[in-house]
Amino acid sequence: MDKPLNNRAWLLVAPVLLFVLFSALLPMMTVVNYSVQDQMGENHFFWNGDAWFRDLLNPATEVGARFAGALVRNLAFSVTALLIEVPLGIAVALCLPRKGWTVGATLVVIALPMLIPWNVVGTIWQIFARQDIGLFGAALTGLGLHYNDTQDPVSAWCTIVIIDVWHWTPLVVLLSYAGLRAIPDAFYQAARIDGAGRWAVFINIELPKLHKVLVIAILLRFMQTFMIYTEPFVVTGGGPGNATTFLSIDLVKIALGQVDLGNAASMSLIYNLITITLSWIFFTIMTQLDRRREE
Amino acid sequence: MSLRLENVSVTAGGRTIIHDVSLALEPGTMNVLLGATLAGKTTLMRLMAGLDKPTSGRVLIDGKDVTGVPVRRRSVAMVFQQFMNYPWLSVYENIASPLRVARLNTAEIDRRVRRAAQLLGLEPLLDRLPQQISGGQQQRTAIARAIVKGADLVLLDEPLANLDYKLREELREELPRIFAETGAILVYATAEPLEALLLGGSTATLSQGRIVQAGPTLAVYHRPSDIESARVFSDPPLNESDIVKEDDVIRFGAAQALPAAGALAAIPPGPYRLAFRADIATLGAPWPASLSLAGRIALAEISGSESFVHVETAIGTFVCVERGVSTRQPGQPTSLHVDAARVFVFDRDGRPVAAGSGG
Repeated sequence: MDKPLNNRAWLLVAPVLLFVLFSALLPMMTVVNYSVQDQMGENHFFWNGDAWFRDLLNPATEVGARFAGALVRNLAFSVTALLIEVPLGIAVALCLPRKGWTVGATLVVIALPMLIPWNVVGTIWQIFARQDIGLFGAALTGLGLHYNDTQDPVSAWCTIVIIDVWHWTPLVVLLSYAGLRAIPDAFYQAARIDGAGRWAVFINIELPKLHKVLVIAILLRFMQTFMIYTEPFVVTGGGPGNATTFLSIDLVKIALGQVDLGNAASMSLIYNLITITLSWIFFTIMTQLDRRREE
Repeated sequence: MSLRLENVSVTAGGRTIIHDVSLALEPGTMNVLLGATLAGKTTLMRLMAGLDKPTSGRVLIDGKDVTGVPVRRRSVAMVFQQFMNYPWLSVYENIASPLRVARLNTAEIDRRVRRAAQLLGLEPLLDRLPQQISGGQQQRTAIARAIVKGADLVLLDEPLANLDYKLREELREELPRIFAETGAILVYATAEPLEALLLGGSTATLSQGRIVQAGPTLAVYHRPSDIESARVFSDPPLNESDIVKEDDVIRFGAAQALPAAGALAAIPPGPYRLAFRADIATLGAPWPASLSLAGRIALAEISGSESFVHVETAIGTFVCVERGVSTRQPGQPTSLHVDAARVFVFDRDGRPVAAGSGG
């Protein structure tokens, strides 16, 4: 209760505080600054209160409609990507070899897409998906499918999803594989003696033992898909129309294209809040489930 | 059901893990596999279960070759040293799992699960998850799972090794009784000689992937067919020394000679290996036919109701047992008396030549 105050402790945390100040707080405050001011002419700013935020959150306004549309697209994209990548990642991890030299070889091959920078991935797929010279686009067209990633919204959307699946399923694979390897062999033997089939082993042993790494995988993949930018920017440019205009794409258009700093600032703050909140909800639900099980 | 292993061998990575094992197990019997860690107990059990296939040899059930038959189509239950339960299933569902796989009706499952739970004192815990109960309770859940299955072959692979002392005593008494009613073949692997003696039945001593000796537990204990069998079945470790029999004396190297008393009187002259367990050596009064060695106390291990006293003599260090807590101090001079009527004498190949009972 009567602990002596020792203000020297501040000295010890000062470097961290300074670092956080310059790396996060100051840049963030510029955004906050823009979000509550409007601009008239050259560098003439005046107080605008919460008007930008009210506009943004009201779908009746032009910017509000854009924001709502992009948000729905973002959520749809995240859900689609997670629904494909998590089951696919687990399935691939289950098929990987467990010992021998093939382990290293397969892991390297599987991890390769993750090592390629976003921009390069986008460029690769931009060419890959072309109907005239791209292997993927030409093959689909050759099969008689209607595929055009720059003009057909469905094609564009599918292309972006496929790129993300190709780029990031390996992460889920690697995490799941590590989780699977941590299960002692005796569990499988016990299940075999019980007469449990492959599916029962998966549901009753593998999935429960995997669920901790899956929480991490889902969280990481959710955050990354929710912040998607480079792939649609490079491959579709947000089109056709608005089909692949996600929040980050729209944000850049508003901030750098139209130089609407107030709109852009309020949008990036809300965007940030949504990401943090959704991640927090995910995390809490999953860890709470876990805790309830242990009590 | 009877189970027979015929000349079974297992090789893995160029190393032979099981050497030419033959063994016959009858229904309703308790069979102990006794051997140190890595002696091949677990591998042998996996062969019996059908989890692994032998590299050569045959496994026969009721005279029928089942060598290649997968474990799912055999009537076998197994309890492992680690506590194996399904993490997301309640204790009830864990116990019920083999019955659900066998597609029994709900009423029958419920009846069997509750009976097994009652036998093992798990009734109040049926709704819990494995993480919410203690290690001993988890192992009892695993044992209950083996019981409900009503398998013809029950394999217990050091099931009590990870339990605390009290529970171990309790379960060791209960286990044979619980399974005796079922008429199953019970196979129990352990590294502890004491556990084998307490379980009774018959025992097979294992060393380096071979069965050294198999027979009724007490017979194996008292009449080892090989020095290795006596070694496996001794705790504290078997006392051993090279001796040479000459007329009516035995020589321990150049250092010591003693009159050839007891079991040593009748053997023909020549080199032998003398062996005896700690309990036929004493620091008290000499036996009627005694080998008496002068020495010093090296160490006293106190284990409660008895103490293992290590005595350093001119021909090596030997262990003997004393009742109660020993107060002997290291360095004290003493004399060790070995009951010459009960010592083991093995020839150069490790075969017994004089049939002492060893303890």
